[in-house]
Amino acid sequence: MNQSEWPLWEVFIRSKQGLDHKHVGSLHAADAEMAIQNARDVYTRRLEGVSIWVVESGHVHASNPDDAAAFYEPANDKIYRHPTFYQVPDSIKHM
Amino acid sequence: METLELTQEEQFQARIDADIRIEPKDWMPDAYRKTLIRQISQHAHSELVGMLPEGNWITRAPSLKRKSILLAKVQDEAGHGLYLYSAAETLGASRDQMLADLHSGKAKYSSIFNYPTLSWADMGCVGWLVDGAAILNQVPLCRTSYGPYARAMVRVCKEESFHQRQGFEIMQTLCEGAPTQKAMAQEALNRWWWPTLMMFGPADADSPNTAQSMNWRIKRFTNDELRQKFVDMMVPQAEFLGLTVPDEKVQWNDTKNGYDFGDVDWEEFWNVVKGNGLCNQERLGARVKAHEEGAWVREAAMAHAEKRKARG
Ligand SMILES: [Fe+2]
Ligand SMILES: [Fe+2]
Repeated sequence: MNQSEWPLWEVFIRSKQGLDHKHVGSLHAADAEMAIQNARDVYTRRLEGVSIWVVESGHVHASNPDDAAAFYEPANDKIYRHPTFYQVPDSIKHM
Repeated sequence: METLELTQEEQFQARIDADIRIEPKDWMPDAYRKTLIRQISQHAHSELVGMLPEGNWITRAPSLKRKSILLAKVQDEAGHGLYLYSAAETLGASRDQMLADLHSGKAKYSSIFNYPTLSWADMGCVGWLVDGAAILNQVPLCRTSYGPYARAMVRVCKEESFHQRQGFEIMQTLCEGAPTQKAMAQEALNRWWWPTLMMFGPADADSPNTAQSMNWRIKRFTNDELRQKFVDMMVPQAEFLGLTVPDEKVQWNDTKNGYDFGDVDWEEFWNVVKGNGLCNQERLGARVKAHEEGAWVREAAMAHAEKRKARG
């Protein structure tokens, strides 16, 4: 990256009231205000959003894909966390 | 028992074969990364330069409605460029470097944009044919192996079909108008038909990298396959308009269930790629000028942001 380049921002958009903000992509902008304005033009030209978050890309920390196997392994053998693990007698309703 | 140890590269290929997407931080072969950066940035450059031939007609659109539509389309193309540059950046390419490579002529963009847009009918042909060809190229890329690229293409494809339809509507309006308007439409088709066929790239026999790209699923159909699809799609549409495709060899072929068509003039294609097309200099010149004249704005915005940050 070169010095003249505007910082990179990650853009998150709430597509409609009641839903989560979802990552849609990134863009360059000098500051947060400009990032939001640019995000409006780049990612919501067809009413794709009702709310925008921008985060400078450098502030996003990510898990390491190389560790994925070990990192998520603890959840692997805990099938009792799922409702389907339990047998409910046929005669029991509403459970 | 002997365990089979897969190399990193074999594991990578196995994921691709299983249609598992590759994401930015995943391990990938250098050649995959390099090829993708080239492909995505070339695509981004094409969107960017692609604004110029149409931008040429915004101030001269025949009605306010056409002007608004054209403006919206050109704005979409800017958006497509931005989605794609940001996808390329996830591979480690810098935006400044990509733009520098475009401006120096080191990076290529689609040769189609080196042809001039002489009449309003060209706006029809660009939307109908050029965006039509782009759609054929792009739809399969929504399933490409690299996640950020595939997601960018989904966004692009959602927007392209309006582009093609507005172009077709321009053609249809001209074809239903006065004889001089229809003649203008035919003349534009005559000029755009062959260059559009060239958009799919060299014949398969002359595309040595196709096999590797198909293996990596960053290309899902060969150039000739896409070209054939395009001809099969477009000939009936031209007939509907009452226009004639400028190729005497176009003829329905029952055995292959598609149209036969003539040979593309590859000498012209390579000549334009090498920079000798009608508008290469004008297009690149306009890009460089806009970039240079915008430099003070970029610097000022950055200085302003830094000052505000320092003030707290
Ligand atoms: Fe586009
Ligand atoms: Fe388009």
